[in-house]
Amino acid sequence: MTQYVEWDALANILIFGLLIGAGLPTLFALGVRALAGPGSRDDAGRTVTWRVAAAVACFAIVIAAIVGAIIYIAAGGH
Amino acid sequence: MGFVNDPVLLAIVVATALAFDFTNGFHDTGNAMATSIATRALRPKQAVLLSASLNMVGAFLSLTVAATIATGIVDSGIITLEVVLAGLAGGIVWNLATWVLGIPSSSSHALVGGVVGAALAAAGTQGVLWDGLISKVLLPALIAPIVAIAVASVGTALVTRLTRDIAAESNTRMFRWGQIGSASLISLAHGTNDAQKSMGIILLALIAAGAVDQDASVPWWVIVACASAMALGTYTGGWRVIRTLGKGLVELDSRQGMAADTSSAAVILLSSHFGYSLSTTHVATGSIMGSGVGRRGAKVRWSVAGRMFTAWLITVPAAATVGALFYGVDHLVGGDAGSYVVFGLLLVAAGTFYALSRRKPVNHDNVNHEWEPGEPGDEIVAEAVEEHELELLAQTVPARDAHEDGDRA
Repeated sequence: MTQYVEWDALANILIFGLLIGAGLPTLFALGVRALAGPGSRDDAGRTVTWRVAAAVACFAIVIAAIVGAIIYIAAGGH
Repeated sequence: MGFVNDPVLLAIVVATALAFDFTNGFHDTGNAMATSIATRALRPKQAVLLSASLNMVGAFLSLTVAATIATGIVDSGIITLEVVLAGLAGGIVWNLATWVLGIPSSSSHALVGGVVGAALAAAGTQGVLWDGLISKVLLPALIAPIVAIAVASVGTALVTRLTRDIAAESNTRMFRWGQIGSASLISLAHGTNDAQKSMGIILLALIAAGAVDQDASVPWWVIVACASAMALGTYTGGWRVIRTLGKGLVELDSRQGMAADTSSAAVILLSSHFGYSLSTTHVATGSIMGSGVGRRGAKVRWSVAGRMFTAWLITVPAAATVGALFYGVDHLVGGDAGSYVVFGLLLVAAGTFYALSRRKPVNHDNVNHEWEPGEPGDEIVAEAVEEHELELLAQTVPARDAHEDGDRA
């Protein structure tokens, strides 16, 4: 089997796949939770400030990852 | 290089390569857009328009085109225009057959299969590099879905856990945006990757026929034609495949869709980064299954998945058989006439598959209808659609099963 499967590449794909492919949705979910989760509104019905900041930070990382991926595709990596 | 040998044969090969490019876009729309259509993040027409536009942009984005076909899998010394033509025809026929059956299957594997068959017919077993075939095509077809299922199920499990006590409307509203973002990325990567393969084949044909220099770069009309053919194919929307991916495998909500699409985009880009190419179709299908595995209470129709795996295993031999037959016909008739006959047969085959598809059409209107009894995998359909179709449930299983779904957030 060994000569037929590139185990190193495969391990890298799996590890980074989990970090990015599962990590980004998780980060997005944290952002959603910050905005809409339990306790996200104060008594006046406004979203709590620090939660907005946390959500913006989460979504910013996700957007940065998408932009990074587009640059990667355009640079001929794909 | 004014002199072109065999201009008619060259024209036929170019037309067939563009036809393959069309079926490629057409067959693979679902990889990027099936989940967004199924979760109604985008309306069906919007989704295919977005995907087609991004395929088009992707095709122009990066132009490192190599004049190759099935590198490392078939002995490059035996690649003649006739082999390329028969291989493309084999790939197209397999793409159309799986489309009629609504089975997502890898376009690149279909092409490789067609070329392998043509190479076998042309040069016997030594025309094929068997180690390359096993390590670059057959094993990755098994590995890709496993990796994708792993990544998507972990992502889905984390996401659904983090959002389980959030109102469904809030989840849907926000996750739809994430879903559209990652689906767009898949379309872009597909346009860059797969349109370049067709450009490479046409460049190879042009060089072989002496129409351009050995070291020429891709002529602009080839770029435009390939990008357009693929975008047109994508816009036409392989609705049958979209339906299977979006509705047949798993009942998806937008959180699962977002996790599945992000997993697909990440695994596809990482696999090309690490030089271990995995098929977009296999990755996307695995990700969608993973999003069913990762969410408690969601059901995966494993019998539908089983049909797909079977199709993936026979993709190469089946396309190879067709490719070999086409090469045989070409050789038997001989000369230019042989290639005309191949092209004619291909048109007949395409017409037949189209006629077959009209018997039970799937289009943008009914692509999202519930998976019905009688469609493949309906034996456990009642579990999967219980939230929507209670009458259907009553018909098929005892009512007590209706209360078992744990996670409905």
